[in-house]
Amino acid sequence: MNAGWPAIEFVVNGEARKVHVSPMKRLLDVLREDLRLTGTKEGCGEGECGSCSVRMNGELVNSCLVPVLQVQNASIQTVEGLACDGELHPLQQAFLHCGGAQCGICTPGMLMAATHLLANNPHPNMAEIREGLAGNLCRCTGFKRIFDSVISAAAQTNEPTAQEAAHAR
Amino acid sequence: MSAHAKTRIVGSPVPRKEGVDKLLGRARYIDDIEREGMWHGATVRSTIPRGLIRSIGFDRTIDWSEFTIVTAADIPGYNHIQLIFADQPCLADGKVNHCDEAIVLMAHPDKYKVREAAAAVKIEYDPLPPVFTIEESERQDVIVWGADNVLKSFLLEKGDVDSAWSSATHIVEGEYRTGAQEHLYIENNGVIAEYSADGGVTIWGSLQCPYYVHKSLLAVFDLPEDKVRVIQTETGGAFGGKEDYPSTLAAHAALLAMKSGHPVKMVYDRMEDLAATTKRHPSRVRHRTALDANGKLLAMDIEVATDGGAYSTLSSTVLSRATLHSPGPYLCPNVRVRSRAWATNTVPYGAFRGFGAPQAIFAIERHMDEIAAAIGVDPIELRRRNFLHDGDTTATEQVMREPVILDQLLDLALAESGYHAKRVRFAKENRTNPVKRGMGVAAFYHGSGFTGSGERNLNSLAGIDVTADGKVRVLVSSTEFGQGTNTILTQIAAEAIGLEYEDVAMAPPDTGIVPNSGPTVASRTSMVVGRLIERASLQLVDLLQKHGGLSEVFSREDFFAACERYRAAKGEVVSLCRYEAPPGIFWDDQKYRGEAYPAYAWSIHVAQVGVDTVTYSAEVEEFWAVQEAGRVLNPVLAGGQIEGGIAQGIGYALYEKVLLQNGHMVNNQMTNYIMPTAEDVPPIHVYFEQIPFIHGGYGAKGIGELPHDGPAPAILNAIRDAIGVSFTSIPLLPEDLFQRLAAVKPVEEAAAV
Amino acid sequence: MRGNAEAHEFIAPGSLDAALDLLAGAPGQWTPIAGGTELMVAHAAGRLDAKKLLSLWGIPDLRFIETTPENIVIGACATFRDLRLSSAVGDDWPLLAMAASWIGSIANQSRATVGGNLVNGSPAADSSPALLVYDAEIELVSVRGKRRVPYTEFHTGYKRTVLANDELVYAIHLPRRFSKHRQYLRKVGTRRAMAISKVALAATALVDEGSVREIRLAAASLAAFPTRLYRAEDVVCGHAVTPEIIQQARDALLAEVVPIDDIRSTADYRKCVAANLLEEFLVGLQKEGLAR
Repeated sequence: MNAGWPAIEFVVNGEARKVHVSPMKRLLDVLREDLRLTGTKEGCGEGECGSCSVRMNGELVNSCLVPVLQVQNASIQTVEGLACDGELHPLQQAFLHCGGAQCGICTPGMLMAATHLLANNPHPNMAEIREGLAGNLCRCTGFKRIFDSVISAAAQTNEPTAQEAAHAR
Repeated sequence: MSAHAKTRIVGSPVPRKEGVDKLLGRARYIDDIEREGMWHGATVRSTIPRGLIRSIGFDRTIDWSEFTIVTAADIPGYNHIQLIFADQPCLADGKVNHCDEAIVLMAHPDKYKVREAAAAVKIEYDPLPPVFTIEESERQDVIVWGADNVLKSFLLEKGDVDSAWSSATHIVEGEYRTGAQEHLYIENNGVIAEYSADGGVTIWGSLQCPYYVHKSLLAVFDLPEDKVRVIQTETGGAFGGKEDYPSTLAAHAALLAMKSGHPVKMVYDRMEDLAATTKRHPSRVRHRTALDANGKLLAMDIEVATDGGAYSTLSSTVLSRATLHSPGPYLCPNVRVRSRAWATNTVPYGAFRGFGAPQAIFAIERHMDEIAAAIGVDPIELRRRNFLHDGDTTATEQVMREPVILDQLLDLALAESGYHAKRVRFAKENRTNPVKRGMGVAAFYHGSGFTGSGERNLNSLAGIDVTADGKVRVLVSSTEFGQGTNTILTQIAAEAIGLEYEDVAMAPPDTGIVPNSGPTVASRTSMVVGRLIERASLQLVDLLQKHGGLSEVFSREDFFAACERYRAAKGEVVSLCRYEAPPGIFWDDQKYRGEAYPAYAWSIHVAQVGVDTVTYSAEVEEFWAVQEAGRVLNPVLAGGQIEGGIAQGIGYALYEKVLLQNGHMVNNQMTNYIMPTAEDVPPIHVYFEQIPFIHGGYGAKGIGELPHDGPAPAILNAIRDAIGVSFTSIPLLPEDLFQRLAAVKPVEEAAAV
Repeated sequence: MRGNAEAHEFIAPGSLDAALDLLAGAPGQWTPIAGGTELMVAHAAGRLDAKKLLSLWGIPDLRFIETTPENIVIGACATFRDLRLSSAVGDDWPLLAMAASWIGSIANQSRATVGGNLVNGSPAADSSPALLVYDAEIELVSVRGKRRVPYTEFHTGYKRTVLANDELVYAIHLPRRFSKHRQYLRKVGTRRAMAISKVALAATALVDEGSVREIRLAAASLAAFPTRLYRAEDVVCGHAVTPEIIQQARDALLAEVVPIDDIRSTADYRKCVAANLLEEFLVGLQKEGLAR
């Protein structure tokens, strides 16, 4: 970090952070290089694969397309912020049980997209799940077990609508 | 026999061994790793497809003293990457044979500066005429490889094909083409290399086969085996794309490390990975088939041609598998397959899930539907009349000694998909609905493990050890890249030893620690390596019982106590086993006859496809896959493999096109190389029948590649069913459908432009 | 990552006035960047030529959606997610809400702005066909004041607009007059999500006593910039929808569009599919009992 750059301050996973980097540095690179939070991945650098997805002020964004200057005063959540006190987040638990992760490289971004989906829509139907995850490419799973994982996590609130999410479009 | 035994852990959906780390974002992929004093590498690549290098110029505005520069002249050993033949240079020396061929390497502490500097190297060429297609290469008026452009050829003969034509009631011909396909693992290729005069070369990287990389580096650096160490890091997808390519990348990074005196990281970005690394071999397969009046196969004359790119790499083995899968799962008394891999001036093609089988199976399974249409037999019925059964011989005269249950699989697939009822319904609906629907089927096998004597040649070694701090470890060079190696092998070990799943871990995939259990390819891990681990586990228990005081029936505590007694006596607790070929495997490499594979997985795919006549888009609406691949070791992982493979197969058929201009991939960005998203992949239904194979780990055969073989022909068969138009080439894009359908449709748009 | 972050000057003026002053002080020097979904892709590819960048993100004066009885005014930095969340947009300008849902992915929608989509000026711009058939007016602002331009006059060539080099897009105005219009939007891409448009067609039509009184047709990827299809409109306007009118409209469309072959598709495909989309719309009108 070059202390010659003005400070940019923001919160990551509940912790206040301050960096002195070029304002055009990508949020993705700031997370990985300056903050050593390597859970967020780079798959394409073009905003197409979603493996860099994080939540910014509650919105889902591709961190490879966000210049860090625009993160000033924002609140960021990455995959490292999902588990709580060593306990897996229900989505992580569901992915583990249902086989939602194979090689794992898309998984952090996929978890952030799924978290975002369920935060806005706790009982999504199949079409809504597909749409919510359409920006996250997975080359290993064919998505089926990722859908199963989201349905399973959503069902943990015991609402009947989760069972309606059959594998039909 | 363990294959049929009731099990506690094998067959259970235990969670992925490394799953928690992946879910927490704690798993460390190569780009997550830094080494002290690390520099970054970049590559200067050819911008022409073929020619001589006249000069290499370094822009004077850059202070090159900050950089380490490497060319072919810096290579201490041989300038080649040895896979099968040694024709591919590590770095181009005086000439280039494809666009994006590596010429100059450079390293610098700043990863942005090194990229900018690589762009500031100007290379001048004397171009030579390039060859870009199978047809151009076949003409042999420009020779770009060897004496005749032929990288490899095979001739497979059964019976007497030429005698069959005169007695045939039907003769049907067809030509089928498949395009290149990119693996599109979400993690790009990457390595970190270190070099020291005493220690030699150490590589960390995203790779499938640590010992392949190890072997390649021995030649490039002229080092003994104990001076090269290769360690696989968590790998974000591979699909064959990290089988051979990492050897080149590792050599590059190691050369820079050697010359700079620093560790060097080279991680490709997406644009470079797409343009410069291996892809699936394009193919052209021609069939000429004779049938009798009952639609039974009399003779198959098959010509297989693949495009191997500029260097041979794995083209010979891909061609071998294509050859052996080209006749399909059918009984035919007379078969001839003539196959050739052709050199062109494009980026060398390499391994990709299926490895020649998807190409060959696309052709035969499309051809079966074409035959059915030509001779007026239902495509399902045609297949049933010709399926292989127990005791039949294949095109290589291999006797099917293991059960072949294609009819049963087909029955299940048709029932689950509602195939017959849907065809009736769609035929009615298609009259008025702008979306025309159809059903298509593909039937196929995939040979598990290396061909013929391949497994014997690999001579794999694998086993178990128990460390002094009580960790039971599986010792294999077989790697995890999402398909479940870590999980199934530890399941097998825990089961066979008699421990809990949590007791067993994987030893690090480090050539300094683990033996060579062969490459993680060819759908061999569960069958071949699984069986080795099973045997080594039983051998361990036996050793402990003989020399460690372990009793016949024992608890966990007894086991670990016995290990300590054994360690005190023998120094270490290790049990290794070497590959033993199943009995009765004979293979003639010259005549291409005998047991081509030790085992086969069998499968039926059914696709329901809709063709939108407004947009000419074909979409898969639903998909069913029924397979028999021996014992299912972990239903969640096995199901995941089938679903993922089918998604890739759908991409292969309808979405993924590699666009080359002058031999360079111009759509080398994810925005322009199209794979299906979560909104595109249809519901996929997977069913396993299980016939345990006694020579596979707990009865398992291979499943990793099987699912990629069926989707493309099933989908194009469904399109034929839907609109009555036959397509024989993939990828089949809406623009291709449009061209054919707009030509067929009466020309209403006569307006001048 | 081929771009060098340190080679660019990047500031966030924080307010609309400050941004305009900066632009006026050094005309043509500063490149405005909102959500970055276009410029950051160029940056990663090492192709971001703009050396000085000015951030419009987080300026409240530019990110708003306001409704009046006559119209809706959408601030240039309203994101596509903002549009999707707005019930006003969804109720009265549904084609725009549809277009917003087809931009990239959820993650792109939360950053991509309407203004950015227009200023980038791609012929494939997702919001453009809907804006064209809704008679959008673009409001531009500079230190010299505000002015309005019909959207049909905003694009002047491939990725060229009427924006002066000290001007920003301030807002998009859409009149509230389409509640009785039949409306249609269809995008044809390389796949169902995250697809750049190969061709898209939007349409609004007012039908009265069996006859089409008003019709607006607009398309993406059929010319150097998103355009209205005036010749096809002329064929249909004032007539009932009959098979003959449909055929003539198809012919008119085919005659007036100039698509190209590119990395995503071919000119022939685009033309034919556009004509098919038009036919699909017109047949839909016909089916609602409006044909003679």
